[in-house]
Amino acid sequence: MSFAPGDEIRVSDEWPEANGPVHIRTPHYVRGRRGRVLRRLGAFPNPEDLAFARPAPVIDLYHVAFAVRDIWPDAPGEDEIAVEIFEHWLRRP
Amino acid sequence: MSQEDPRAHHDFGGVPKFMCEAVDIQPHELTDFDRDVDALRGVLSAKGFMSVDELRRGIEAIPEGEYHRLSYYGRWIRSIADNLIRKGVVTDAELRAEMTRP
Repeated sequence: MSFAPGDEIRVSDEWPEANGPVHIRTPHYVRGRRGRVLRRLGAFPNPEDLAFARPAPVIDLYHVAFAVRDIWPDAPGEDEIAVEIFEHWLRRP
Repeated sequence: MSQEDPRAHHDFGGVPKFMCEAVDIQPHELTDFDRDVDALRGVLSAKGFMSVDELRRGIEAIPEGEYHRLSYYGRWIRSIADNLIRKGVVTDAELRAEMTRP
C-alpha cells in the first residue's frame, strides 16, 4: 500500500508500548486520528527494528497533516501540524 | 485520545502537564561532561557498537522518576552504559570498577 499527497488517512490506534519494550516514533496524540498525506519523504530502515539491532526493512515515510483542533479542542486558530509517520502506521479511513 | 491511553512516559508531546510550563528557550552552555558523552556516542556509532536508534530506545527505557531527574546528556550516558552492558562490550563489574577508581 502506498499513499499520494492529498490522501485522507487514519493512523492505526495501536499501543504496542502497553505490551513491553518497544521504540516507536508515532506520537501518542495522533494514534487513531484522521489526517491528510502532505508528501512522501523517502524510505528508511524501520527505526522500530534498528532500536533493537534487528534487521530493518526499508519503509516509506510520509509527512501527514492533522488539524490541531481535532487533537486539542481548546487550541486557538485553525492550525495544522505535520507529523512524520511511517507507512505501516497508516490506514485508509 | 484520553489520558488513560497507555502512552509511554517519555512520549509527552501535547500532554497538559507540560503545556502549562513555560518552555526554556535560553541557549545552554555545553559542559565538558556533555561534550565527552557526545564524543563517546559518535565513536561508538562510527565503530558500529550502537546506533542512534538504540540510544533512543535506551533513553526511553529509563524509569520515569530517573528520566525526569537526569540531564539531557545524563540520559544519553545512562543509555550508552545500558547498551554496552547488554551487548557485552563492557561488563557491569568493569563499569563499576572504573566508576569507583580513585
